[in-house]
Amino acid sequence: MSKVTFPRMGESWRTFKMLLEDLGNEVVVPPRPSKKTLDLGVRHSPEFACFPLKILTGTYLETIEMGADTIVTSGGMGPCRAGEYAMLHHKILKDLGHDMKMIVFELPRYYPFNFIKNVWTLNKSRVCIRGIISRIKRAWRKLQALDNAEKLSHVVRPREINRGATTRVYHKILDWIDQAYTTEQIIEAEAAALEAMRNIPQDHTREVLKVGIIGEIYVLLEPASNLEMEETLGNLGVEVERSMFLTGWTRDNTWTETTQGMTVKEAAAPYLPELIGGHGRDSIGNTILFAKRGFDGMVQLAPFTCIPEIVARTILPRVSRDYDIPILTFFLDEQTGKAGMSTRLEAFTELMRRKKLLLKKKNVAQKNIYIA
Amino acid sequence: MAVKVGIPSSLLFYVFFPFWQSFFKEIGVQVVTSGKTTKSILDKGVREALADACVPVKLFFGHVIDIKDNVDYLFIPRVVCLNQKTIFCPKFLGLPDMIRFSVDNVPPVIDVRMDTRVGRFPLVKAYQEVGAYFGASKISALRAYLKARQVLNHYRALLIKGFTPAEAMARLNNPDESKPAPRPRENLKSNLKFAVLGYPYNIYDSFISVNILEKLKKLGVGVLTAENIHPFLLALQKNCGLPKRLFWTFSDIALKAAHFLFKHGRVDGVLHLTAFGCGPDSLLNKFIELEAKKHRNIPFMTLMIDEHTGEAGMATRLEAFVDMVRRRKEMIACQR
Ligand code: SF4
Ligand code: SF4
Repeated sequence: MSKVTFPRMGESWRTFKMLLEDLGNEVVVPPRPSKKTLDLGVRHSPEFACFPLKILTGTYLETIEMGADTIVTSGGMGPCRAGEYAMLHHKILKDLGHDMKMIVFELPRYYPFNFIKNVWTLNKSRVCIRGIISRIKRAWRKLQALDNAEKLSHVVRPREINRGATTRVYHKILDWIDQAYTTEQIIEAEAAALEAMRNIPQDHTREVLKVGIIGEIYVLLEPASNLEMEETLGNLGVEVERSMFLTGWTRDNTWTETTQGMTVKEAAAPYLPELIGGHGRDSIGNTILFAKRGFDGMVQLAPFTCIPEIVARTILPRVSRDYDIPILTFFLDEQTGKAGMSTRLEAFTELMRRKKLLLKKKNVAQKNIYIA
Repeated sequence: MAVKVGIPSSLLFYVFFPFWQSFFKEIGVQVVTSGKTTKSILDKGVREALADACVPVKLFFGHVIDIKDNVDYLFIPRVVCLNQKTIFCPKFLGLPDMIRFSVDNVPPVIDVRMDTRVGRFPLVKAYQEVGAYFGASKISALRAYLKARQVLNHYRALLIKGFTPAEAMARLNNPDESKPAPRPRENLKSNLKFAVLGYPYNIYDSFISVNILEKLKKLGVGVLTAENIHPFLLALQKNCGLPKRLFWTFSDIALKAAHFLFKHGRVDGVLHLTAFGCGPDSLLNKFIELEAKKHRNIPFMTLMIDEHTGEAGMATRLEAFVDMVRRRKEMIACQR
C-alpha cells in the first residue's frame, strides 16, 4: 500500500493525519523541521529558492527515508512561487532518484475536476460522498480546535506567573485534542484544553504590550521555521496576535472572500491595490487594521528572497510613518540565529515600552493642563 | 513647454520602449529616459532600494532617482498580464507602489493597470487612460495606440532578425539610414554559437550584464537570445513537459527557449544569465539545469550577476567556457 505524506505547518499535521487515515491511507507524519531537515533541504534546493521550499525539500527527503512514496500538497495559480513548488519538488526528487507520486490540489474554484479526482485517488477505503464530507467537516473542526488553543496560548503566555507554564500546558493539551476522534470528543477536548489554559496562574495586572504578526504563511504557521518567535515574544511580556491561521486562510481561498478579507484588501488599497501573490497585500492591510485597533507594534516575518514580502517591506516604512506604529522585519533563512533574533526582539520590546510610557505621560500632562 | 514624461531605461524598457516612445510622441508629450545604466545609477539604486530586493529592481530605483527631478510625470505602468495567460513577476505588479512610497519627492506616477485578462480591448482602454493624463481625447489616444503598435511590430521583427534592442531602436529612429543592416545571422561565420537565456533587462543592459554579449562576440562566438527565436516556435514547446505552464511571462519564454534549443541543437552552448536575489530565477534555473542534464551534448553554464560582478571575473569564466566548448567541438570533429 502506498504511504502518504504532506507538508508540515505547525500543529495542523494532526488534522491531516486523521483525515487521510480516515480515508484509508497509511500516513507518514512529517517530522518537525530540524537542523537535519534544513541541511538536506539547503543541499538539494536552488540557492535562492524561498526558505519554505527548502524546508519542504528537506522534509520530503526525510519522509522518503521513512517510507513515504506519495506527497499530497497544494498548487496554486501564482503569481507567486508557491504555485510552482509541487512541480519543482517533483523534479528535484526525481533527479535524486525518488519517483514520488504527487497529488496536487489546485484551487477548486478553477479546477473542480482536479479536486474531485484527487479526493477520489486518496479515498482508498471507498467511503461514500456523504462520508467524505462528514470526515472533512470533522477534520475541519479539529483544525479549529487546534487553532483556538494556539490563539489562547498567545494571550496567556505573557501573563503567566511561572515562566514556561503555558508552553508545558499547551503541549499537553495538544495531545488531548489529537486523541479526540468523534466530533463530540473534539468539542469536549477543546473545552477542556481551553479551561486548562485559563487555569494557568496569571498576573492580570501586568502591563502587556500587544503586537501583530504579519508575513508569509509558511513561516508564520511553522514555529520551527521562525525559531519560536511567538514564544520568545510571549516570554518578553508581549501578547501576540497572528494575522493568519490555517482555518482563516483556507476559508478565504476555498470559498469567496470573507468580510474580513475584504477589509484587509480595502485597508491596503491606498498603498498596494494589486494582488501580488503570497501575502504581500495582507501584510500591508493587516498592519493598518492592527494599528487602528491600537496595537503597540508589528513584526513581519518573511522568508529570504520572498517576492511579495519584499514588495510589502518596501512600502511598509511609509505605512509605519503614516499610522505611527513601529514595525520590525525578519528575513528568515537557514542562517538566522535564535540569539540574534532574541536580541532584536528585546530591543524592539523596549522601544515599544518607552513609546507607550511617553504617550501616557503626554496624556497625563495634557489632563493636568485641563485641570489647571 | 511640452509636458515631460520620464521613462526609466530599465525592466520593461527593453521590450516596450519603441511603443511608448511613439505613443507619447503622437499625443504630443516629450519623453525623457534615464539612458544607459552607469555606475552612479546603480549606486543610487542600491542605496535607496531594500537590501533584499533583486538587482534589477535596485537598478530600476536608480534609474527612477536619476530622472525624477527632471520630469513632470513618471510612466511606470502596472503591467500584469499581456497575453491572457502568463503574468509578470510580483515585483512588476507592485512596482509603481514601491516607487511611490519609498522614494522621496517622486513626481506623479502614471500607474495604469494593463491586464489583458479582463474586459474588451483592455490595452486600448489602458492607453486611453494614459492619454487622459495629458488631455488627449479617446480618439487621438486610439490613433496613437494603433500607430505605436505598428512600430512595436516592426521592432519585434527586427529582434527576431537578430538585432539587439539597442541596435533595433537605433534603426527605428533612423529608418532611412541606407547602411546595409549587419544581418546578425550571417555574421555568425564564427564556428561557435551560444544561446544566452535570461530576462531582457539583464541580458541587454550592458552595464549590469558586464557586457556579456560584446565579450562573447570578441571571443568569436555568435549569440542567440530568446528574442531572436520566433514566438511561434516557442509556443510549440507547450508546457515544457511540466504539468502546468510556468506562469511568469519572461521565465516562461526563457524556459521554452531552453527546451527548443536543447531539442533542436542549433547552438553549441547555453548560458543562463540570472540576477542575484531573483525569485522566479531560482525555479527557472533549476528547471533549465535539469533539462540540460538530459542533453549532455550541449554544455550549459549559469552566470549570476549582482551589483559587484567584476569585468575580470566574468571574462575569465566566459573564456574558460568558450575554450571548453571549442575543444569539445574539435574533438568530436576529429572522431568523425
Ligand atoms: S510568498 Fe514568498 S515564500 Fe511564498 S512562494 Fe512566494 S516568494 Fe516563496
Ligand atoms: S523576475 Fe527576478 S529579477 Fe525580475 S523583478 Fe522579479 S525577482 Fe527581480
